[in-house]
Amino acid sequence: MASKLIDKYFREAHLPHIWCPGCGHGVLMRDVAQAVENLGLDKDKVVLVSGIGCSSRAAGYMDFNTMHTTHGRALAFATGIKMAHPELEVIVIMGDGDASAIGGNHLIHAARRNIGITAIVFNNDIYGMTGGQYSPTTPYGEKGTTAPYGNIDRPFDIPKVAEAAGATYTARGTAYDARLTTKLIEEGIRHKGFSIIECASICPTYYGRKNKKGSAVDMYTWQKENSIPAAKAKDMTPEELEGKLVVGELSRSEFPELTEQYQKIIDKFQK
Amino acid sequence: MKQVKLMQGNEACVEGALYAGCRFYAGYPITPSTEIAEGCAVRMPQVGGRFIQMEDEIASCAAAIGASAAGTKSMTATSGPGFSLKQENLGYACLTEVPFVLVDVQRAGPSTGLPTSPSQGDMMQAKWGTHGDHPIIAIAPSTVEECYKLCVRCFNLSEKYRTPVLFMMDEIVGHLRESVELPEDGELEVIDRAAPADPKNAGPAYACPNGELVPVMAPFGQGQRYNITGLIHTDDGFPTNSNDIADSQVRRLIRKIEENRDDIITYEEKDLEDADTCIVCYGGTARSVYSAVETLRAEGKKVGIFRPITVWPFPEKELEAISGKVKRIVVAEHNDGQILLEVQRVVKDNCKVDFIGKINGTVITPDEIVAKVKEA
Amino acid sequence: MSKMEIRLAGTGGQGLITGTIILAEAGIFENKFVAQSQSYGPEARGGMCKGEVIISDEKIGFTKVTKPTFVMALSQLSFEKYCYGLSDECFVLVDETIEVPADYQRKNFLKLPILATAREKVGKMQTVNIVSIGAINEILKLSSFENVKKAVLLHIPKGTEELNLKALEEGAKLLTK
Repeated sequence: MASKLIDKYFREAHLPHIWCPGCGHGVLMRDVAQAVENLGLDKDKVVLVSGIGCSSRAAGYMDFNTMHTTHGRALAFATGIKMAHPELEVIVIMGDGDASAIGGNHLIHAARRNIGITAIVFNNDIYGMTGGQYSPTTPYGEKGTTAPYGNIDRPFDIPKVAEAAGATYTARGTAYDARLTTKLIEEGIRHKGFSIIECASICPTYYGRKNKKGSAVDMYTWQKENSIPAAKAKDMTPEELEGKLVVGELSRSEFPELTEQYQKIIDKFQK
Repeated sequence: MKQVKLMQGNEACVEGALYAGCRFYAGYPITPSTEIAEGCAVRMPQVGGRFIQMEDEIASCAAAIGASAAGTKSMTATSGPGFSLKQENLGYACLTEVPFVLVDVQRAGPSTGLPTSPSQGDMMQAKWGTHGDHPIIAIAPSTVEECYKLCVRCFNLSEKYRTPVLFMMDEIVGHLRESVELPEDGELEVIDRAAPADPKNAGPAYACPNGELVPVMAPFGQGQRYNITGLIHTDDGFPTNSNDIADSQVRRLIRKIEENRDDIITYEEKDLEDADTCIVCYGGTARSVYSAVETLRAEGKKVGIFRPITVWPFPEKELEAISGKVKRIVVAEHNDGQILLEVQRVVKDNCKVDFIGKINGTVITPDEIVAKVKEA
Repeated sequence: MSKMEIRLAGTGGQGLITGTIILAEAGIFENKFVAQSQSYGPEARGGMCKGEVIISDEKIGFTKVTKPTFVMALSQLSFEKYCYGLSDECFVLVDETIEVPADYQRKNFLKLPILATAREKVGKMQTVNIVSIGAINEILKLSSFENVKKAVLLHIPKGTEELNLKALEEGAKLLTK
């Protein structure tokens, strides 16, 4: 199955990928391909947009119309593509820096507009490409090369930020749970409106080593043992959820999708 | 009889864009370019196009490039601080060879400066504002009619050479209302980017076989399925660290503009036949110069005008020829001497070069130019 | 006269910029060259405000008014700022409410009840710019009345046609009476 997926959705000439051994991004990239396969989308009509950083390299490997853009701006490029061509299925892959630091403004506004884009955040809690600086999702007290004495910033909960800004579908998956994550991405693509799936990745090379999280296997095991299904989390206290990963569909709401609304304006003049 | 319409420069820019086939606009309000966004908000849906007000200037530029990658001619417009913010993605479009038009209605700076006052202080930023070595095309209109017709040309050059084109307007022409003789359908040439006949079986998107300088690729969604990246890339658009490719790629980008200078460059020469003094000016400044030259000619002074319409690439050959014939060149521009540097570089010791500029937010008057020319 | 340089000054909200646009539009109907510009920024939103238009038989180079041939002031401040230092030939029109010093002497000078006409005769203060245009066109004979009317209709909100045409006529009447 996996090799068929590679044949169909990857640019094999450019594999193997550049990610470090144990990195969660490869698994997550496969989940994206699997979700597209499950939905039976036409590859020619799928546009994959990415920003800058480790996550962004996924665009180059995947056999869609792919656009590796500038740091944090992936959603802004994607907004132009979707707005001008609503018939295209636009999927955006971002890192945590992309989505919540340099591109945080683009994230909240894409969510606010409820434009029909599926945003997938490969969140490894660190800036990997530049060598391990803390990011807006690095947990409080954890270390990075620019937080040598421990991070004193509060981390963002990206799906919550997106939900508050107006995203009509938010979810969280993990690199560990490929089956769940694939399903969530699938659901996100199917959803009409802005959807965001944060995917907890792992970075054994920088985050793991800096914070003594052990091997890649240890980090996947941690994800497994600390994932709490969203339905169960509802009945738990904030204290009980401290340091846990709430996974699954987190929120869903209704609001007219942006390009459909704009089409109605255009239609007024086409009579 | 042709339709003549009273239009503001910014409005004419919008109508020119629509004439050229622009069907996507992304922008952020900023004086003195806001009327372009407002005009596009009204006009785009009327012609089946789309308008979006983005969260900032960076996003506007990105959205315009995204729309163009999917095949829709697109534009964004800005002024002053917004032009600085556009620079990041302007460079992206240079390297990725995605056509689009970026309008800068220049205002007095630096920083927030004088938002409603005219300036031409972004001319060097137009050339060098985005990092790295790259070519750029920049065009400056002097009349409202040029805001219309040259905007069409901006799109044509952008499509033909797959490069961003900067439309360097200024507050003088942007806010001016004049009559425009509206071109009829088919009257002005409209160029669309070349595309492969069979996208599904097309070769690598960025390949330039046989010494060609502009790649031919299909827009997203038509089956070619290539990668676009702001990293140095191979012919199929995949990132590479190859120094050889970096060299040949950036050199090709430069050559595609340099080797087509004669196609890209346009300029106006006025009263130069017998002139001993030539005033070099562009954009809104030309309006002051026209009046000044009229006065000077009436007094028997042999003064002419050289007006680059294409400012980048700079019309070096043409100016060099003039500098061999006149005794003196006076550069007039609304900044502290930006294109002056270019003129000095080209003219060398061929003739004397003087300068009149203004950075206080007021317009250089014809009288001030007359006085400058009369200075020995 | 082959070139008119007109400046209309007053308070933001009097519609004087639209006034200059209408004069430019009427100029185009008369096959003239025109160039209209205006003050921008905070002052265009309630403070002092000015609009300018050049109407010429020949192509226009410099587009700003430098040697006005006609100035209208509808507020005291704009009178003080724009109605001094003008050429002898320049025509100055002010509203009757403007306090003009006794020693203010001009060859071409007129005081008219423009604001009062808009307020009382037309019954709507917003039409002050159209009343002005009616008067200015009578003074300067820029365009045929029909062309001015056409230009006015292009630049007023729908539903206010009757009101504004009345304003135009009342403005013209200030001179013909």
